[in-house]
Amino acid sequence: MYLSSTEQAWLDGEGGPALKRAMEIIVALGNIYHAERLIPIKSVQISGVSYRNLGAAGLDFLRRWAAEGAQVRVPTTLNPTAMDMTDWAAQNFSPDFAQKQQAVVDAFAQMGVGAGAPIPTCAPYLIGNRPEPGDHIAWAESSAISFANSVLGAWTNREGGPGAIAAALTGRTAAYGLHLAANRRATLYVEVSAQPRTIADYSALGAWVGKRAGKHVPYFAGLALERDEALWQDKLKALGAAMAATGAVALYHVEGVTPEALAGPVLAPNPSHLVVDNFTPGYTMLSDDVEAIDLIWVGCPHASLAEIERVAGVLKGKHVQIPLWVTCARPLKEAAIAQSFASVIEAAGGHIFADACMAIAPLRKLGFEAVATPSAKGAFYLRNLAGVAARFGSLAQCVEAALTGRWPEGG
Amino acid sequence: MGEKAEPRVILEARIIKAGTAEGEALVSPEPIGFLGGVDGETGIVTEKGHPLERQCVAGKILVFPTGKGSTVGSYVLYQLAINAIAPAAIINTDSEPIVAVGAIISDIPMVDQIPIGHIHTGDWVRVEGAQVWIWSDKP
Repeated sequence: MYLSSTEQAWLDGEGGPALKRAMEIIVALGNIYHAERLIPIKSVQISGVSYRNLGAAGLDFLRRWAAEGAQVRVPTTLNPTAMDMTDWAAQNFSPDFAQKQQAVVDAFAQMGVGAGAPIPTCAPYLIGNRPEPGDHIAWAESSAISFANSVLGAWTNREGGPGAIAAALTGRTAAYGLHLAANRRATLYVEVSAQPRTIADYSALGAWVGKRAGKHVPYFAGLALERDEALWQDKLKALGAAMAATGAVALYHVEGVTPEALAGPVLAPNPSHLVVDNFTPGYTMLSDDVEAIDLIWVGCPHASLAEIERVAGVLKGKHVQIPLWVTCARPLKEAAIAQSFASVIEAAGGHIFADACMAIAPLRKLGFEAVATPSAKGAFYLRNLAGVAARFGSLAQCVEAALTGRWPEGG
Repeated sequence: MGEKAEPRVILEARIIKAGTAEGEALVSPEPIGFLGGVDGETGIVTEKGHPLERQCVAGKILVFPTGKGSTVGSYVLYQLAINAIAPAAIINTDSEPIVAVGAIISDIPMVDQIPIGHIHTGDWVRVEGAQVWIWSDKP
């Protein structure tokens, strides 16, 4: 692999130990994937932030890298934490866990992530980290990768935690995979004949297609979605997140909607075919057969203001019997407070938590065993990572479950 | 200190993490996933039915085809390193990002792209930069 004189100098340690380690990671990844060179990137999204997943070793490593003088060279945003960084006591986290989770965020802040004041979120594109079409970026967080590649038309591979940090410290990534135009063409033609309506329907569609798509690049034809209709980005956010959870889809195209599909032909020769005439199986494949529900979770990926407004609309005048938590980026919680959506949700007994992601939280330690959510990605990771039972259904079903503590009949 | 016996084989590998290390080989014919597969506190392989199950990786030249499993596995290698029970070096047929990143952040010398069939458990192996020296017994 070709390295510029600057890159070689960094690899040789002339930029200090933190930069040397970052270059070693970037070069190793480039060699593994047979990249010919490195390319400059415009932004980074870092994953691997929950203390539950990192543990003492992960925290120790981040602290060491920061202490070696690691500093990001490009705008860098941070994935969610396990808890709301200020309101964690209301979520039943212990002070000990909270202190360690804060230490993780502090290590990233020391590296200059979020300009020294990181705002944890899996939807950084809703709070200003919004790349332009054709920008090369190095993002981790599968749902954000999918949104950036597909909806925004930026170019990124699926980075891992330390790989994304290394990209941020060097401002570079290796040129392979989705940084090369030839790999961005659709290899799976998905013909949609049953129309999803709600955001949860798009999530169910994504769950079903993702399971079959694996690492393919899907092309959706026949989807009745317009770029100017309400919630179109929220629907695609849900679709992409689900495909990245049940499959390894990092990029998809939607006929007449996504930027690369609008710009010209995107189908590879001889794509595989898939017909979707019913997305109900997408709901059932991620639901456990549990009736008693003890938590409702909305906001996977982190909710947009429009999604928070919808939750407030459905909850208005009702009163929940079990916790109903909406997760989002902190600036959107503040906007929801300013626009009175938060007061409606709280009057109904629900709560908006910033920063947090329930899939990476120690849910059983918090006292939860069965969680309902209108997100396929949420249900997938609740079952496979958080280790609790899950129900995946419409927002209306989830709110009904919140009012009774039981999953609705026939749901 | 006499001169070392001639190695049985010398192979030229690709460097993933540059360094020098020497030790007894522990060879797995199957991939290793570190998260859930190796105990970060003891260095013992815990994956049920794995060819190396109940063996300890500490201080070994750990030889296996490639990594597998969760990306958090990189941090298990780091945990082994801070507990001073990491492998002395890692040799893969084809490395993948989880183990490669784990070796880099943990300062474990690592190479790949050699036919690992030349190495048997119990061999004495020295990794020095891109070169892999193999003896049948400790020289």
